[in-house]
Amino acid sequence: MTALTVYIDGVGLLGPGIADWVQGKEQLAGRVPGQWLKTVLTPPAHLPPAERRRAGPIIRVSQAVGYEAIAAAGLEARGLVSVFTSSSGDGVNCHEICKQLASDDRLISPTRFHNSVHNAASGYWGIATGAMAASTALCAFDGSFAAGLVEALTQAVVQAEPVLLVAFDTDYPEPLRSARPVPDTFGLALVLSPVRTAHSLGQITLHPASYLSPGPADVLMDAVLEDQRQSIPAARGLPLLAALVRQQAGTVRLDYLDDCRLELEFTPC
Amino acid sequence: MQPLLLSHFTATSAIGHGLAPTLAALRAQHSGLTPCDFESAVLDTWIGRVSGVDDEILPADLQAFDCRNNRLAQLALRQDGFLAAVQAVAARVGPQRVGVFLGTSTAGILQTELAYQHRNNNDNNNDSATGALPADFCYPQTHNPYSVADFVRRSCALTGLAMAVSTACSSSAKVFASAQRMLAAGLIDAAVVGGVDTLCLTTLYGFNSLGLLSSSPCRPFDAARSGISIGEGAAFVLLERTPEVLPANAVLLLGVGESSDAHHMSSPHPEGLGARLAMQQALRSAGLQPGEIDYINLHGTATQSNDAAEGLAVQTVFGAHTTPCSSTKGATGHTLGAAGGLEAVFCALALQNGLLPGGVHTEVLDARLAVDYRLHSQNQPLRRVLSNSFGFGGTNCSLILGTVG
Repeated sequence: MTALTVYIDGVGLLGPGIADWVQGKEQLAGRVPGQWLKTVLTPPAHLPPAERRRAGPIIRVSQAVGYEAIAAAGLEARGLVSVFTSSSGDGVNCHEICKQLASDDRLISPTRFHNSVHNAASGYWGIATGAMAASTALCAFDGSFAAGLVEALTQAVVQAEPVLLVAFDTDYPEPLRSARPVPDTFGLALVLSPVRTAHSLGQITLHPASYLSPGPADVLMDAVLEDQRQSIPAARGLPLLAALVRQQAGTVRLDYLDDCRLELEFTPC
Repeated sequence: MQPLLLSHFTATSAIGHGLAPTLAALRAQHSGLTPCDFESAVLDTWIGRVSGVDDEILPADLQAFDCRNNRLAQLALRQDGFLAAVQAVAARVGPQRVGVFLGTSTAGILQTELAYQHRNNNDNNNDSATGALPADFCYPQTHNPYSVADFVRRSCALTGLAMAVSTACSSSAKVFASAQRMLAAGLIDAAVVGGVDTLCLTTLYGFNSLGLLSSSPCRPFDAARSGISIGEGAAFVLLERTPEVLPANAVLLLGVGESSDAHHMSSPHPEGLGARLAMQQALRSAGLQPGEIDYINLHGTATQSNDAAEGLAVQTVFGAHTTPCSSTKGATGHTLGAAGGLEAVFCALALQNGLLPGGVHTEVLDARLAVDYRLHSQNQPLRRVLSNSFGFGGTNCSLILGTVG
């Protein structure tokens, strides 16, 4: 079986104490310690004013990291295939709907309803960018990042075109928070190119015979980043970014399902 | 794309458990829609409820997964020897080489809706916002979109790649595209694809809030159509690479097309541009011309704007009043995240049995929609059929299935 190889051409990052990839890189390199500061979200600049004002955390985080990654890759969003992956979706929106459905007044807001779909981030990405290419929305609970990475990587190789991967999670308010304790919003985007370009930062290879591994997932040196990795599903992609920062060839294992990890080979560019 | 074999499939919806009653209902144009009596919903609408879901008992080691969605998944997996077929393939290629790709829009969110009705201080305190959820509430195994893929993976004793695709009403069509790529890349040797979606208050009251629920059984492409009827359903397909010798009645996945409207969250592109792109891409990936398609299973939800956009898109791609088409949602209701998988199985049945299924409930066709919409089921050989699935967020997917030769 042929190995599947893609190149990381752009990164977008946003999370607790991490404003962007530049800042995240410093933390992953160990030059600056990670910090549990509340994730700072800004209104998405590319949406029409009404949507921009109402944009919830999933739209804000997904567009922030998505645009950061495509800018780094020197690509336009318009023709780009995209893969969105999230362990849950918009926690506050879901809570408000469930709360109202449990009350005497069940006339939920139509906007809340259409924003409740798992592919809301994908839909608003299309509205913001005008991209009419294929876009999907995946979930594999705590393994959602790995599922999204496999999907995006495979699509880039099989269809021989660059793919944008956007992984994100937001936190639920109580009472769902106790059942699903994700502490804060986190987003990680990658542009994966099937060929090496001037923007390529690193190469990742998936071996079809051995990409699912029983071995343990890679951990992060920084205690705060490791805490984020363990508590926010989208942050389970951070060890791949750590490899990118290290620029050393080697195996990267990411959390996926209960019984297996996703194993990749990293090669610096 | 390289054609793939649908080596086994099954479907369960309001028109029947498994293939035999489903085929009989499609042939006889029987509808499974009934007035809404779901849970505590008080809505003037009709639903496509699957019988027997409440009676389903999950195995002791999977009790945490207990919810309407996983009960329906289990009920459907048991039909037509599907589970046994998956286990036979797993024994042949290895359980880690069989991927699970399932579509759902709401998974087991009903469990969370019920939990919110039973928050700990609900009885003596109107400020329910502070009440904890009942202790037996299991979020990962019920509410989470992945829960159904996890449940099916465990039920089939598989240990490989798995994911849920949750793109609203295109979910279980898009799983075919994901699985096709994984097979092409050599990451898996077989895939369990399909979808499961069940009735819940979020979708009933949600579509009600958008004014999209019909107070009568839904009438796709009717001049007087007035919205959707929500249904529930489950469909499973075992996808494999095409073997050298194909069974005589083999059904193949020939093409897939995916696109985005980039227009609005809950309204389709008014000219059906995204739908058109998905159909054209599916034709390209199958290497077929529009004239080679014998039947289109429309998305056909029966809302004014959806049917208008799809009608325009079909007319643009296939020409006015050319390819026979119908929507089966008058029979099953709109099964949302299960619709793509369910209708793919209907298409497989249509191909194997030479049945062109007529639409149900539609009486007077909308003259503004220039498509050859069939009101009566007809026996005729079919070789290539296309199925459309479109969803909120402007997500579109078209599948092309065909027989051998």
